[in-house]
Parts: sequence; C-alpha cells; structure tokens
Amino acid sequence: MNSIVQINPTRITGKQSTGKQYWRSLNEVAETPEFQQWAQRAFPDGVADGVTVDGASRRSLLKLMAASFGLAGLTACRRPVENILPFSRASEGYIHGKPMHYATVAAFNGSATGLIVECNDGRPTKIEGNPKHPYSLGSTNAFLQASVLGLYDPDRTRQVMRRGGRSNWDEFAAFARGYFTADRLGDGAAFRIISEKVASPSLELVKADLLKKFPAAQWIEYESVNLDAVREGAAMASGQDVEPHFLFDKADVVFSLDCDFLGLDSSSILPVKQYSRRRKVEKPGDDLNRLYSAEANYSITGSMADHRLRVKVGDIGALALALAKELNVSGAELKVVGGASDKSNKFVAALAKDLAAHKGKSIVIAGPRQSAAVHALVFAINAALGNIGQTIVFTKSPRERANSLEQLKQLATDLSAGRVKTVVVLGGNPAYSLPADVGFAEALKKVAVTVALTEDENESWAASEWRLPQSHFLESWGDARALDGTASIQQPMIEPLYGGKSVLEVAAILAGREPASGYEIVRATCASQGSPAEREKIWNLALYDGVIGGSKVATAAVSVDAKKVYTAVSGRVQPAPAGLEAAFYASPGPYDGRYANNAWMQEAPHPLTKVVWDNVALISKKTAAALALVDGDLVKLSKDGRSIETPVQIQPGHADDSISLFLGYGRAACGRVGQGVGHRVEALRTTTSFFSASGVELKKTGETYEIVTTQEHHRMEGRPIVREASVEEYKKEPGLIKEMAESPNGLTMFPYVDYSKGYQWGMAIDLNACVGCNACLVACQSENNIPVVGKDQVQRGREMHWIRLDRYYTGSDEEAQVVTQPMGCQQCENAPCESVCPVAATNHSPEGLNDMAYNRCVGTRYCLNNCPYKVRRFNFLAWNKDVPEVRKLAFNPDVSVRMRGVMEKCTYCVQRIEEHKIAANADGRRTLHDGEIQSACQQVCPAEAIVFGNINDPESRVAKLKQQPRNYEVLGELNIRPRTTYLGRLRNPNPELEKENA
Amino acid sequence: MADLAIDPRIELNPTLVQGGMTYADVSEKISAITENKPPKQWYYLITISSLMTVMLFGCLGYLVVTGIGVWGNNNPVGWGWDITNFVWWIGIGHAGTLISAVLFLFRQKWRTSINRAAEAMTLFAVACAAIYPLFHTGRPWRAIYWLFPAPNEYLHLWQNFRSPLEWDVFAVSTYGTVSLLFWFTGLIPDLATLRDRATNRVRKVVFGILSLGWRGSASQWRHYELAYLILAGISTPLVLSVHSIVSFDFATSVIPGWHTTIFPPYFVAGAIFSGFAMVVTLMTVARWVYNLQNLITIKHLENMCKVMLATGMIVGFAYGTEFFIAWYSGNAYERFAFLNRAFGPYWWAYWTMLTCNVVSPQLFWFKKFRTTPALMFIIAIFINIGMWFERFVIIATSLHRDFLPASWGYFKPTWVDIGTFAGTIGMFLTLFLLFLRFLPAIAMSEVKGVLHQQIEEGKGNH
Repeated sequence: MNSIVQINPTRITGKQSTGKQYWRSLNEVAETPEFQQWAQRAFPDGVADGVTVDGASRRSLLKLMAASFGLAGLTACRRPVENILPFSRASEGYIHGKPMHYATVAAFNGSATGLIVECNDGRPTKIEGNPKHPYSLGSTNAFLQASVLGLYDPDRTRQVMRRGGRSNWDEFAAFARGYFTADRLGDGAAFRIISEKVASPSLELVKADLLKKFPAAQWIEYESVNLDAVREGAAMASGQDVEPHFLFDKADVVFSLDCDFLGLDSSSILPVKQYSRRRKVEKPGDDLNRLYSAEANYSITGSMADHRLRVKVGDIGALALALAKELNVSGAELKVVGGASDKSNKFVAALAKDLAAHKGKSIVIAGPRQSAAVHALVFAINAALGNIGQTIVFTKSPRERANSLEQLKQLATDLSAGRVKTVVVLGGNPAYSLPADVGFAEALKKVAVTVALTEDENESWAASEWRLPQSHFLESWGDARALDGTASIQQPMIEPLYGGKSVLEVAAILAGREPASGYEIVRATCASQGSPAEREKIWNLALYDGVIGGSKVATAAVSVDAKKVYTAVSGRVQPAPAGLEAAFYASPGPYDGRYANNAWMQEAPHPLTKVVWDNVALISKKTAAALALVDGDLVKLSKDGRSIETPVQIQPGHADDSISLFLGYGRAACGRVGQGVGHRVEALRTTTSFFSASGVELKKTGETYEIVTTQEHHRMEGRPIVREASVEEYKKEPGLIKEMAESPNGLTMFPYVDYSKGYQWGMAIDLNACVGCNACLVACQSENNIPVVGKDQVQRGREMHWIRLDRYYTGSDEEAQVVTQPMGCQQCENAPCESVCPVAATNHSPEGLNDMAYNRCVGTRYCLNNCPYKVRRFNFLAWNKDVPEVRKLAFNPDVSVRMRGVMEKCTYCVQRIEEHKIAANADGRRTLHDGEIQSACQQVCPAEAIVFGNINDPESRVAKLKQQPRNYEVLGELNIRPRTTYLGRLRNPNPELEKENA
Repeated sequence: MADLAIDPRIELNPTLVQGGMTYADVSEKISAITENKPPKQWYYLITISSLMTVMLFGCLGYLVVTGIGVWGNNNPVGWGWDITNFVWWIGIGHAGTLISAVLFLFRQKWRTSINRAAEAMTLFAVACAAIYPLFHTGRPWRAIYWLFPAPNEYLHLWQNFRSPLEWDVFAVSTYGTVSLLFWFTGLIPDLATLRDRATNRVRKVVFGILSLGWRGSASQWRHYELAYLILAGISTPLVLSVHSIVSFDFATSVIPGWHTTIFPPYFVAGAIFSGFAMVVTLMTVARWVYNLQNLITIKHLENMCKVMLATGMIVGFAYGTEFFIAWYSGNAYERFAFLNRAFGPYWWAYWTMLTCNVVSPQLFWFKKFRTTPALMFIIAIFINIGMWFERFVIIATSLHRDFLPASWGYFKPTWVDIGTFAGTIGMFLTLFLLFLRFLPAIAMSEVKGVLHQQIEEGKGNH
C-alpha cells in the first residue's frame, strides 16, 4: 500500500539525481531553509500522515483517494495537490458512485455530538447521528444538518492574510515562532486568547502547554449562550465543580423555569430523546410525564408543556423561591419575594403538590438566563424532592472551568487600560458577539498584534492583522468530549478546501508544539490511554465506532446542603423591577451568528413565529397594546446609553412587559447570505445584563419593517387538523381522536388498485413526541437538494421545503397553546394531484408512492392547486441556476436537481428506498427488515416522532403505530387515503389546574 | 335561404335595416369600409393596440426566459391571473358562436348584422385565451407538444385523459377550429363581392383566392346554405361544451369553492353574458366610428341588452345557489370557502363582481338603458370587469385559503401579470381593427337576405 505513494524526497528536490539538473528558482539553487520547507510541504502533512500510518492506512487511503477525486474539480481555487492516485488500481471495497460512511464528531458550545457522515466520491454530503454516541443516539439537529452546507460555503476564509495582503501559513508559522516566545511576550501578561468553549481533550492539552509557556496569559472560552450559571449554581449548591445531567426519561413531572431544554438551552438531542420517550403512548391508559413550564418567551419547551405560566425572565427567581416555600422544604429561611398573581399562586400550589407526589421522579430545571443563585436554589429544591442521584446526576468536571463573564469583565478593564498587546482569536467571532461593554471591536484596533482564525470573513477577521483561514470540522483532525465525558475522534472527510487549519493546529503553532499537525496531536492524546500494545486497537476502534470506549466520566456523589444554599441565595433572588425587560435568546436560525451565512438556517422558519431571514423582538399582546405597537413596527430599545433598532412582533402567550431578542443577526461583515440580515441586538448586551436587561426603554421610530413568515394564519378554524385530547379523555374514550372527523365512504370512480401485496410504504407521525425543532426540515433540505429562495421569494409564498412544520395556536391570545404538525406529501392512495396532471407526470407506484417524473412535468401547477395539503413545491424561478460551483459539491448525487418550471415534493426519500431494495436484492433477494430504510426526516428526528416503513408488514413499527386508536388521517374525510397518518396529541393536565382553566 | 326565411313562425322584424337602404347601398356601405382609407380614429386605436401587443410579446418573452416567478403566482395560489384571463377570454368568445350558430338555428334574423363581427371576435378571443394555457406552464417549450397526443419515442407515454386540463386542450382546439371554419364559410359570398368590386390587382388576387371561386349561382347557394346549416349544427353543442369543460378544470377538483356541480351551466351562462357584453362594447364603438347606425340598429343592441339581462340574472342566481348549497351541504370547508369569498381578504373582488354582474345589468329593465348606446357601453364595460372578477374570485380566492390554514396565502399580481393581460387586450383589439379594415364586418349577403324580405313585404324602399 505504501508503495503507491512512496515519497522519494530526492525526486522532489532534484538532489542527487543523475543527468542534467534543472532548477526552478534561485532559492532552490541556494537550498535555503525556506525552499527546504516548501519542498517538504509539496506533500501536505495530512496526506503523508494518512499514508505512513500503518494498520489504519487502508481506510485513510480510501478516504484520501475519495477526497482527491472529489477535489479534482477544485483545482482552480487551490494550488495543485500532487497526490492524485491512479484509479486503474482501484482499492478493495471502494465502488465509484457508492457513498461511504465515516464516524466523526462535532463540537458545539462545549459539548459534542457523534456523527456518521456520508461521503460521495470524497465529498461529505449528508450528516447523520452516530447511534453509538450517547449524545446523538442516531439523531442530530438542524444546526448539524446544516453544517455540511457550511463546509461548502464559498464565502469561507481562503487565504492567510496579513494587514489585508496575501500571506501564507509558512509566513505565519515563522512569525509565530519568532513572536510567541518568552522573549517577546514575557510571561504573557499582555496576551489574550479568545476561543469558543473547548470540548477537545487535545486542545485542552495544547492550551495547558501554551499557558505553561505564558503563565500570565489568559485564554477566554466564550459562548454567547452558555451554561456557566448552571455550573456555578451547581457548585454553590454542592460545593464541588460538577456538571449536572438531567435524566428526563426518568422523570414523571418536569418543571422548567425558563429553560428551553428541548430547544436551544441544552444539548437538545438527548433531552428531546429522553423527554419524548415519556410522551409516547402505545395504548390508552399508558402514563405520560407531565411538563410544567414558566417562561417569558414562547419556547419549544413551552409549546410541549401541559401547563405553562407566562413569567418575566426577571421574575423566575421569585417563582422558584415561591415554589421552594410552597414545597416547605426547609422552612423559615425562605422569604417569598414579590407579589405574585393569583394565577401564579395557584400554579405554584398545584405544581408543588404534584412534585411532592413524585419525589425522586421529578425534575426542576432552570435556564441559562437565570443567575447562579436561582440555579443553586433549584438544585436545593431538587435535593429536597429527592431527585439528586435519581433524575439528576452529576459528574466531576474534567477540568477547571472559569466563568467567562467574569473573565470578560476583566478583559474590558484590561483593554481600556491598554494592558493588552496581543490578541488571538481562535474560532468564533468575538468582535461581533462579545457584550457591548467590553468594547472589543474598537479596542482591537489599538492592540499591537491581533490574530484571528475564523471560518468566514467575519467582524473579528476584518479587525485583525493576521487573518487565518480556519478549517471546517469535516476537514480537520480533532477530538471532542461530550457532556458526560465520552470522547470521540473528529476525523476529516475531505482535505481542507481552502487550506485552512483547525483551532487545535494553530494553538499548537502558538504553543510551539512539534509536530503541529492535528493528526499527530490527536493521535498522541489518544495514545495516552491504554497500554502501548492496545493503542492501535483503541485508535482504530475509536475511528470506527466514533466513540472512545470507557471515556465516560463516572458520576460523582453530590449532596446539597439546602440550608447553606438558602443562606447563600437569600437576598440574591429578587423580583423583576417594574418596566420593560429585554431578554436574549439564541436564534433557532443562525444561533449566535455562527450560522448567519448558512442559507438553510436563515430560511428555516422560527419554530414559533415562522419568521424567516430575520429576527424580531417578541412582545405580548398586552404590552403591544399598551405601547400602541403592531407587527412590523420598528422600535428603538435603549438602556444605559446603548440602543438598538428592531422590528417587533406580537407573540401569543408571551409574558407581559418582556421583550425577547434573538442573537446572531445583523452581521456587518459576513458572506453573501448573512450580510445585513436582521437586526443586531448584541449591542444592547453587556456583561452585567448579559442574558436579560431590566429597565429597557422602548421608543417607536415611526417606521415599519417587512417581516416575512412562512405561515400567515395561525388558527385551525375549528378544523380537525391537529387533534388532541387529554390522557384521561383518551383513556375513557379511545376512539375520540378518530371520530373528530367523518370517515369517508371509500367509493372511488377510479379502478381498484390492490395495495395488499409487496412493500407498501407508509408513515406515522407522533404529534405527542414532535417538538417542532426544524431538524427534519433541514435534513430534508440536505438529503433532497432543496433550494433556498430568499426572503423576497418566501414573502411571495414560494419557499421550497418539502416538509414544513405547521404551527397552530389554540386558546386565547394571552394564554395560547401551541401544536406543531410536520406536513409533507401524504402520498395519498387516491391522490388528487395525480388525476389532474395533463401529461401524467405524477403517478402512483405499485408500492404506494406518489411519484414525480420531473422530466415529464410541464409545470401547469394544477397538481399544486388540487393538493389539499398544499405540500407540492413549484420551481417558480431557476433556483439552482446561480449556485456557486463549490456549493454543488454538497448536492446529494442520488437526487436530481430540479430545473425551473417543474413541480417537486416529498418522495418519502425514494432514493433511499431504492438503494436499500437494491442492496437487499444483492444480498440474495431477501426481504427488507423493518427500520432498514429510514427517511431523512425520520433519521434525524431526535424525538423519533416520525416512523416510516412497510405498512403491509403487520410487525413493522409503522403498522403497529397505525393500529393505535389515536392514529388518524388529516383530511381523510376527502377520501384521498393518505399514507401518512398522525398520532393524536395527548396532553396530561393537572386536574387541579385544569379545573381552574375551565 | 328562401325556405328558411319564409318560415311563418318567425316574426320578422321590419326595422332590421333602416334608412331606406337598397341592396346596392348595403354593398356600397360595407365594402367601402374595406376599400377606402379608414377614419382617423382607426389609426389612433391601432397605434395604441399594436403597442400593447408588442408589450404582450415582451412580457411573454420575459416570462419564458425567466420563469413563472415573474408573475404573482405562488403556493397556494398556483393559478392567478393566467387562468383567470384564459377563462375570461374563452367566455368572451362564446357570444360569437351563440349569435352565429344558435340564433341562426332559432331563426333569429336580427343576428345578421352583428354575427360576422361577433364571430371574428370569437376567433380573436380564443386566440388570446390560447396564449394562457400554453404560457402559464413552467416549461411551455415542452407543453406545446406534450399536451397533444403526438407520437413520441416512448410508446406507452400518453397524456393523462383523466385530467380536465387535457380535455381543455381538445375542447378549445375543436372550438377554435370549428369557429374558424364557420366564420370563413360565412365570409365566402362577401369575399366574392369584394373581389368583384376590386379595382386593383392585389385585392383581385387575394379576394379571388379567398372567395374560392364563388359565382353566386343557385346551386352554389344551395350547397352553401346546407354547409352553413351543418356547421351551425356542429357549433351549437360547442357553445355548451367548451365552457362546460373549462368549468371541469375546477368542478372536478377537491378544492372548496371549485368542487361544485353547478359549474357547467353557470359557466356557460356567464360566458354568454360576458360575450354579449364584449359584442356590445365593440359594436357600439364600431357603428359610431363607421356610421353603421342603419345596419346595426338600436333594435339589435336592445336585443343584446335583453340577453345580457337574462344571462346576468342566471349568473346572479348561480351565485345565490352556490351560497345556499355551501350552507346546506353542512360541509365546514365549503361554508368557509364562500364566507371567505364575501368577507375574507378578497372581499373587494367579490363585491366588485357582484355589483358589476348582478346589479348593473338590472338597469336594462329600463328602456332608456337598452336604447342608448353610450349607456349600454358603460354597463357592458362593467359586465366585462365583473366577469373578469368572477373568474378571479373563483380561482384565486378558492385557492388562497383551502383546507389547512397553515398553508394559506395571498396572491398579488406583478407588473408582468398586468402587462400580459393588457397585452392580450391589445392583441385582441389589433386583430379586430385589422378585421374591420380588411374584411366585411357585416355579412352583406345575409343582410340582403333580410332586406329582401322587407322589400317583399313592402316595407323596403326599393
């Protein structure tokens, strides 16, 4: 194997060769060190690494070969790589055109999710969860789905630059060797490094090296939305530096205090999995958990709650105090603060009773916007309920963690005092996302040496002297530890497209570590585990499985001294002052701005508001009425001399006197997608009002702003579309969900088609499990090459998503409840779209699929008109015409890219069905077993709400779900016989509170 | 002609040709229009209308090059102005066939002075209508032949004969073909007259070819009358079938507001209604420009007003029936669809339609409105507008809010929508003006037939 790419250095340098000698430059003749280095680099490090490793080389070689192949078309944008391997000697197991799958890991906000990435001819095209990884269990989320598009973002940083001029890595390395030395920086007192939260064990080691070199330097790990307060609260409560883990699958009663644990306030995949496991019902009479939620903004968690209380972010602490008091867990020390409303008192009373009845089987959880004191109080409540060790377990933090806000406050003083001479940004975009009072972007101009390693040409990049291209996680070696300590190797799928380096590699350069290649470092870290004999095996297994066995951290015994907590928090938990508060939330689209240039995320509708390509300030109806505001009014919010402009929108169920602001928009320096999209709210954020600011002033500007949503009507108009019942009602009368609409008579004019034989594909969607997180929508977009159309076209009603999430409000505007329904093509057996197509471009397959022949479609749009679900999507314009070349690499080769003028829609991922049928045939005509084929939406779904399979197989999961009494067809009364059915939503209200409502 | 004309059941109207015109006067008056320079107004009108036609082709070119996205169509409103205009134009076409064929079979002699122009109008309206089904497709370069059962390399690849849109292809093309034949057959004796009167070589040759060797002999007349009668017989069911089939586009769907059995008769009545309105619109202007008051008399116009009054009431009754059935069906989606028409976001379109189509024709109860060309012109314009809105209401308001409220949307036209529609009006007017200029706009031979009877009965002035 090695012989194929045996590198003979003499041939490259020309030394010792016989015959006439040619020289290419004076450097060569002089044999300067620069040239020597250049010559070595003629074969990029990664290549040599991959090949010279024994044992694992076959896999690496395959990957490299695939990568090279995929990159063959990319030569125009990067210098030629001389590692093309002859395909005439094909590798064993590699079949051109067949996708290959590799395990890797993605770090996000200090945590990690294991992934299996599909590569087609060396191009990563689709991301799936790694079933072996404890924080994925086979699922992913919208961000991870979209990250594959981020890899091929044409606006990524491509070039090492110094002061705006071109440079290269060698120059930077040379500079770093000379500059990051004790001679130049001393003990590093004027040296600051800012990175995102580190989850990588290797990077931790490199960081330790660097800090050893510069003991006075500071490395700040900053995230716009972080759980520092949770950890601090846990430390306050337990006296130890521990990481809490909430086991939602073990809890019968869950109370969320402003914590969107199903959404963006946690590593949502695992909590959603655990939670939804307890919402699934096999038969009437099965138990459900019960979720209470108190929050200001309507979150996904709130939308799933059985009872929801609208509370200002600033009043959450007082509510926790009231609950603690009500639970009577300690007694006298507690002083309830603030005059709570009658409704709130009743809520707390009923909740306390419910929690007390489920001791050891409940969870109270508070969100990141709450102070450490509130978290400590919440842990004390949990301790009093006996939940610690049962539903909440702790692990020792693998390393010391600093509170980033405290560090930022220090940074602000240091910067203004001119005590900082060197700033290195390793990933992230602090110039955009740091709190406004740090004044980072302005201060950066005065700092002598600034280095920014970024993935895109963002604000931090633009403000720095050295601008370094960062490699994508799919391009670089690394490792990452999940919250429970499970470590995984991040193996690259492709050579860096733009010659970038990872944070790990650049940190290694700064630390002066040799060798500085990511691969070497990660291998070395991994090798520190196990005996030398086992190392190879551990490494190979880690690459294959995607997790390093036995790396999970053991749980720590933790005891909470409630009394101590009460003393500590007394006086630190106060009710919100009167007036408006503003609270900051991560966006479901660009998160904190890191996905701003990702068109899939920009066009993914906000789960509640359905707003696309914008962030809006959400307020309650009452607040809007008091301030005479209507949707789209542009307002000016100010506090302490800082102000922002943002459009407002009324959110049903929002707390009064609270404004919800979403981070990550209004990027000043961004690629072509995210530039100037939305309004920047970070300018109102300071280290003291990091998550919420009270006493915010709101002024109307008199201008209006166009907000675009994918859904314009929000009520069901009494139609039996999303059907719900309470657990009790369902138990008493299991048929009630089905009977909410008439059954069709089943007569049809068309000839009878026998669907009783062979595979008959169908789908069941459990509305009780679906949280409406958008993962399916983005996964579908990635799998099926669905174009984005932009704000203007969405405004015209031309979004292309094959699956959309219909969100309806029920109840009053103030106390609205939310139901979400994933809606894609229902593959009707009596499909109204099929009979009307004049050219027969849409037809039924014998397996019950409603097929679309794009080539035959002439685009009359009659099928769209006649589709009762309006799930067909028309290519009104040539959406794919101006797609950048590099983005085309992200296309799934199994799905055609549609031209303008044709109709498209969900196919149940027919390409996956066919792929597996072919594979099954190749295996000797075996029958496909249940679960073998997963549609993209099903595979990604963290709640496992979508089940696809053969409805003709009575043992299949989908057939069994369809047997449930709560299974129903949306619009089944039209006699169209949809193949997708829904399992009615069940609520589990507290009878005590239900009485109140009635 | 004689056996038809002397049918005793027919009440002959003594005043169909006025002003004491003779056969020669008729020939002179009508032929002169095509032989002399047209009046100034003609030049003004054709300048405007041909510019509008150019705009039509510009808009269509832009559409084909860019995509349907240049229009306002969206999801859920897959059809907007495109199919609205299609149905509107097809409807307008109906008056021509009705006047020519049905009134001919019913021996309505008053049709003679207006049938030629009405038939021409039909043809031009069908031509305008035919633009939309083709160009509203996303890929017209495919649709133009894939919609027809043309031979192809895939032997099993057929059209979908379950699709009403496919039925439309046959219905409209049949209608267009038969209308053209009928119109041309009617033209033959008059073309011969023009040939005989021709003073220059070009006219002689052109009309010589077009008149197909017409000599006016008794045997030619005998064959001609029979052929005309047969074509009238073929055309008559088409009046009913074309718009019935067009209405199937909607009636066979599942969309509330479309899925209605009342559509075929309702659409036919509406078509005749709008067709007559368009004939009145054009005729009141043409008789004024060309001084044809003696041939297109007030009596003609009054009869057409009466037809409009009758069909207008049929249409009004249909509107009421739709609402009643929506309520009576007990179907929540149906009920909503109709309430949404009247009180939803498109309420203004619905009430415009109702005012123009149901209220304005009621003025025809008054003789003053039936006999004053200016007033009837205004009402006819209202009806044209109202009938356009009727189609818009049916198509867009039914689509914009159907079953799942989450998918509801709104349709707004773009400048290309407006330009295309205005462009087809331009094309229609251009064709009509060219027709007035170069072909006998009034059927001379038939008018002479009527005149003949007037003379026989001593009412003429020979």
